[in-house]
Amino acid sequence: MDEFIYLTFDGLSRGLVYAAFALALVLIWRAARIVNFAQGAMAVAAVYAGYSVTNATGSYWLGFVVALLTGLLLGVVVERVVMRFVDHSSPLNGVVVALGLVLIIQGTLGIIYGNEFQPVQTPFSRDAFEVGGIALLSRYDLFVFAAVGSVVVILTLLFTRTAVGLRMRAAAFAPDVSRLLGVSVGGMLTLGWALAAGVGSLAGMLVVPTELGVHPTAMDIVFVSAFAAAVVGGLDSPIGAVIGGLIVGLLLSYVSGYVDVSVTPMAVLALLVVVLLGRPGGLFSSSKARVA
Amino acid sequence: MTGVQTNEGGVTDVQTKQNAEPVPKQGVDLPRRRGWRPHPVIVVLAGALIVVGLTYVLPPFRNYQLATVGAYLCVTAGLTVLTGLNGQLSLGHGALMATGAYTLALTQNKFENLPLSFAAAIAVTTVAGAIIGLAAARLRGPYLAGLTLAVAIVVPSVASTFDETFNSDQGLSVMLNPPPEQFPMEQWQAWLCWSAALIVVLLLALLSRGRFGRDMRAVRDDETAAKLAGVNIARTQVLAFVASAACAGVAGALFAVLAQSVSPGAFPLTLSLFLLMAIVIGGLGSLFGALWGALLLVVLPALSQSVSEQAGSQRLEGNLALIVFGVVLVVVMLAAPGGLASIPSRISRMLRRNR
Amino acid sequence: MKRIAASALAVALLAAGCTNEGGGGSGGTGGDVPGVTDTSIVVGTHMPLTGPAAAGYSKIAPATKAYFDYVNANGGVHGRKIEYKVKDDAYNPANTQTVVRELVLQDKVFAILNGLGTPTHTGVLDFLKTNRVPDLFVASGSRSWNQADKYPGTFGFNPDYTVEGKILATHVKETYAGKKTCFLGQDDDFGRDSLLGVKKILGTVAAEEKYVTSSPNVGPQIGAFKAAGCEVVILATIPPFTALSIGTAAKIAYKPQFVVSNVGADPTTVAKTLGDAAPLMEGLVAANYLPLNTDESNPWIQLFQKVNKEHNAGAEFDNNVVYGMSVGYLFVQALQSAGKDLTRDKIVEVVQKNGFQGPGLVPLRFSAQDHSGYGGEQLTKIEKGKAVYFGTPYTTDDGDGPVTPYTNQPVTPPQSGVPAA
Repeated sequence: MDEFIYLTFDGLSRGLVYAAFALALVLIWRAARIVNFAQGAMAVAAVYAGYSVTNATGSYWLGFVVALLTGLLLGVVVERVVMRFVDHSSPLNGVVVALGLVLIIQGTLGIIYGNEFQPVQTPFSRDAFEVGGIALLSRYDLFVFAAVGSVVVILTLLFTRTAVGLRMRAAAFAPDVSRLLGVSVGGMLTLGWALAAGVGSLAGMLVVPTELGVHPTAMDIVFVSAFAAAVVGGLDSPIGAVIGGLIVGLLLSYVSGYVDVSVTPMAVLALLVVVLLGRPGGLFSSSKARVA
Repeated sequence: MTGVQTNEGGVTDVQTKQNAEPVPKQGVDLPRRRGWRPHPVIVVLAGALIVVGLTYVLPPFRNYQLATVGAYLCVTAGLTVLTGLNGQLSLGHGALMATGAYTLALTQNKFENLPLSFAAAIAVTTVAGAIIGLAAARLRGPYLAGLTLAVAIVVPSVASTFDETFNSDQGLSVMLNPPPEQFPMEQWQAWLCWSAALIVVLLLALLSRGRFGRDMRAVRDDETAAKLAGVNIARTQVLAFVASAACAGVAGALFAVLAQSVSPGAFPLTLSLFLLMAIVIGGLGSLFGALWGALLLVVLPALSQSVSEQAGSQRLEGNLALIVFGVVLVVVMLAAPGGLASIPSRISRMLRRNR
Repeated sequence: MKRIAASALAVALLAAGCTNEGGGGSGGTGGDVPGVTDTSIVVGTHMPLTGPAAAGYSKIAPATKAYFDYVNANGGVHGRKIEYKVKDDAYNPANTQTVVRELVLQDKVFAILNGLGTPTHTGVLDFLKTNRVPDLFVASGSRSWNQADKYPGTFGFNPDYTVEGKILATHVKETYAGKKTCFLGQDDDFGRDSLLGVKKILGTVAAEEKYVTSSPNVGPQIGAFKAAGCEVVILATIPPFTALSIGTAAKIAYKPQFVVSNVGADPTTVAKTLGDAAPLMEGLVAANYLPLNTDESNPWIQLFQKVNKEHNAGAEFDNNVVYGMSVGYLFVQALQSAGKDLTRDKIVEVVQKNGFQGPGLVPLRFSAQDHSGYGGEQLTKIEKGKAVYFGTPYTTDDGDGPVTPYTNQPVTPPQSGVPAA
């Protein structure tokens, strides 16, 4: 029972990170109909930027802010400089370009920082509080809950309560009509990429310190898990992404606890297969066909 | 080299199609010189002659590299047919190569019979390809890419979960008998790899020239139209995946022979990304382009290694190749989706348009 | 077009061939020994300079090279300067194949020295044997290097993992008698051989877990140890996973005594990964067989620090640097013994003859039948962030032989820092 509780909290904490990352994927998917395979690499780049600043100044929070800003900026750059010019007549093209970006970003980071894991500090202790002899949560886990929770709330408010959010949704769903109505569709697209990359870099900042540290390929596995989370929830559904993230996090935690850690990638694959073949629209989507 | 069926072949057609929205255009074939097209058998025989000649003039290490090019050509040729002609993007071909490699290792260590081991490798990879292909046939674009990405990531996990068989991260060594005395090892390796590569290329060329090739392109270009024309879409896609997987299996088996060992580290995710680069740079769907891609997969890392050695920087090593590959992918995709070979015609078209 | 492509391919390969050909010098004295001339010896190695395994290990080859540069600056060995070609394989066995072939076939190296990694090096054993290339002092504790019949030219360096497991377990048995002992190991020869050694001494462990490097999460394993009430945890882990294990245990308020393999115990590397949590390493028990980097009164360390300053651009002086220089020292010893008329057979012969007195605390096991490296280790404990030796060194074998204290006095390096002929 102790183990179950421990694994549940561990899974929720990881799941929230996957949720944030999946949310980033969903944001771009909704805005541009691209699954951003470079999301992981972009997030790592942002984490490196934050890491450099933290090392130079000694302030975690300054590094944290820099990482988020770098994420936003990277999103803008990637959209304006590269993605905008991709021929979208085939969904392959966007994927291929994103994968090219992955190689570029990982290679560049390797040259700048070296291909070694660099430990990243956490702002709060990761020692767990014990409740009745069971180690439940650490301060850091609470920070993760709070950070991801705020992002979800902020994004929800942004999309449902603000004019910018309305314009972004309009630009994504009916670009031609929106253009006629004076919405800067291109601008909204850039904004969408920036937001998504910002959220992605937040997820990176949250997950990297809990693993071996920052490394050019540190987010590869996280990306696959988050992709699975986004698909489970339905690529179109932000709420689905959050719930999908939690499902994936819990699944991986239980599998690694009760079966074996090395089985977890297979569990992700199995989940993907089951969901894609059984309910291609994801658990929270009404569309039937998986046609991009 | 494969050309496009006559009704929609040249790059000019492609250009007009790119703007016509609902018609998905999932890859571009090389421009074909109409009228002059030697039969694939002739091309392959010529290729064989050249390779045999090369193996006698090249020093051993170059022969080894030549062998590696041949091994890569097997998988890039198969992948370019799948992605370029049929429009299915697979990031799982590294994993399929691993399947072939492990099968060869296990069979070889048990029976020490190389032809049998190759047959087993192809058979098992074909089955694996059929399974993934069945799932893939229901998926499109990013979903397929995501699923096959997960397949690529799963290799080390499988190797360590079934460590009794696959020996985890450490992998297996492959027992091989040395080649006949009179042939140097590297020459023998080059012959082995290129025999396989040329057979693969020949079969793929014949396949894509025929009715099946037409079906694959039809499915890629417009599923609805293909269905109306009586093409069985799912079957075409699964078969394309299976054929492509078998080629990857051959390549994996060749790599196992070349490396005399197999381990998950030899089939990382980046391998799958490199393969993608290889087929994109030569023009998706072109077997000729697959050859260029395979060559670059060997030459670019070697070049970037010598550059970094001259620069005296450890960090450049390995990473420089990543950047070059990535830039190539992005630039080719943005500027010349038809591959490097299509650039001249694109330039001339741009000049024409600007006039 | 195909023809154009193929001939272009030929030209490309030929051109590449021409530019790089002739780099390796052959010729030389009397016999035509690859890589050896009257004035130089070319040796090569494969190392993970990039990739997931690069942490720490990437410092070994530059340190070896620095020691060779030091020897070269002092006149070389029998008038020959040592040239060390270091190739990056990123810990990927496929790359190892390519770079080792490049070293042997193209750069014409005399020997492969200190190639790093079990999965990587396993794949090139046959190739090196076929080409009769001496394969000296492999940087891994796998027992595969000790197959004198099958691979007569291959020799290990590190104490093998079973030897180490036996020594660590002996300490556990004597010091923590009656305590519940558990084991976490890497899922390969490293973890398995180590566990084998541990079980030879302890009979059984209360819980055994394993991890793979591709999955950076040891939460479940450490959680299982806590649940099983393990008081002593033996780790056969690489440095990042040592750090991860210690950090994870602290996270769930679990404080066992950690006893760690030499492979994963370099305090500098582990502390770097732990960051602020580095004090958690206090009291950690590990083992080593070379002088410790922080022991500044040790004459070997003084020598190596001098070399590090003069020829290694003052790289951070950790145990990887000590390791790399020790390998260099041993190789120079072997070259000195082999004499002026250096051949590949000759170097294998003198390595088998053994008798090397080196920086190592215990003797090397080399003989005609035994090709494994160092035969024992001494325990260390981390005190105030530094590892210090305690007790005496132990030697043993990878079979059922006893674990015995080794009491000979350690040797000191020669004044010049270069082993005499």
